[in-house]
Amino acid sequence: MKFTIQVNEGPYQHQASDSAYFFTKAALEKGHEIFRVFFYHDGVNNGTRLTTPPQDDRNVVNRWSELAAQHELDMVVCVAAAQRRGIVDDGEAQRNGKDATNIAPGFRISGLGQLVEGGIQSDRLVVFGD
Amino acid sequence: MLHVVNKSPYERDSLDTCMGYYQEGDAVLLIEDGVYGALAGGKAVSKLAGKDVSVLGPDMAARGISEEKLADGVKVVDYAGFVDLTVAKDKVQSWL
Repeated sequence: MKFTIQVNEGPYQHQASDSAYFFTKAALEKGHEIFRVFFYHDGVNNGTRLTTPPQDDRNVVNRWSELAAQHELDMVVCVAAAQRRGIVDDGEAQRNGKDATNIAPGFRISGLGQLVEGGIQSDRLVVFGD
Repeated sequence: MLHVVNKSPYERDSLDTCMGYYQEGDAVLLIEDGVYGALAGGKAVSKLAGKDVSVLGPDMAARGISEEKLADGVKVVDYAGFVDLTVAKDKVQSWL
């Protein structure tokens, strides 16, 4: 079965990104397809490569990047939410005149249409948030 | 439909709201702080009577809740069981 996962909260705000990660992993282990993981609102904070959590803490960002690399996941960060919170890739840096980027490997910045498409193309849309 | 509730019924009324929409053939999964709703002897338990209710085991364990503390008839699932529930029901509604 095809799933799209929506994550609405940042990694240090709420359990939602942990729940979403473990759900996504379990679905993949069961042989299901993850069509897309869409990060919305504070969820975009899952996609910065500049975080340095303590070594004995889970690394939420790297964990997503590794899962994406293993399973070729499409992880999309909402552009409007990203702009507000300073999540930047090359295209956004150029467009908005920023001097750096911070998008983590496996993530890409795109629009809300990607969430709508995920809802249409997938059998199930599962939302994690506050 | 699978109803996913992630708030304690002692914090917000999402379990109450969810139960208002529950129909025959639906199921409820309690995750995160939602697991407190399944505690035996709790005020919220009467709302679950006669419904298909599961609790996410890892979130129970993280809150020090063992299976003996759950109300009768409540099932415990792991994340794989969570996935199975979303497959078994045609829609998933997260009561955020």
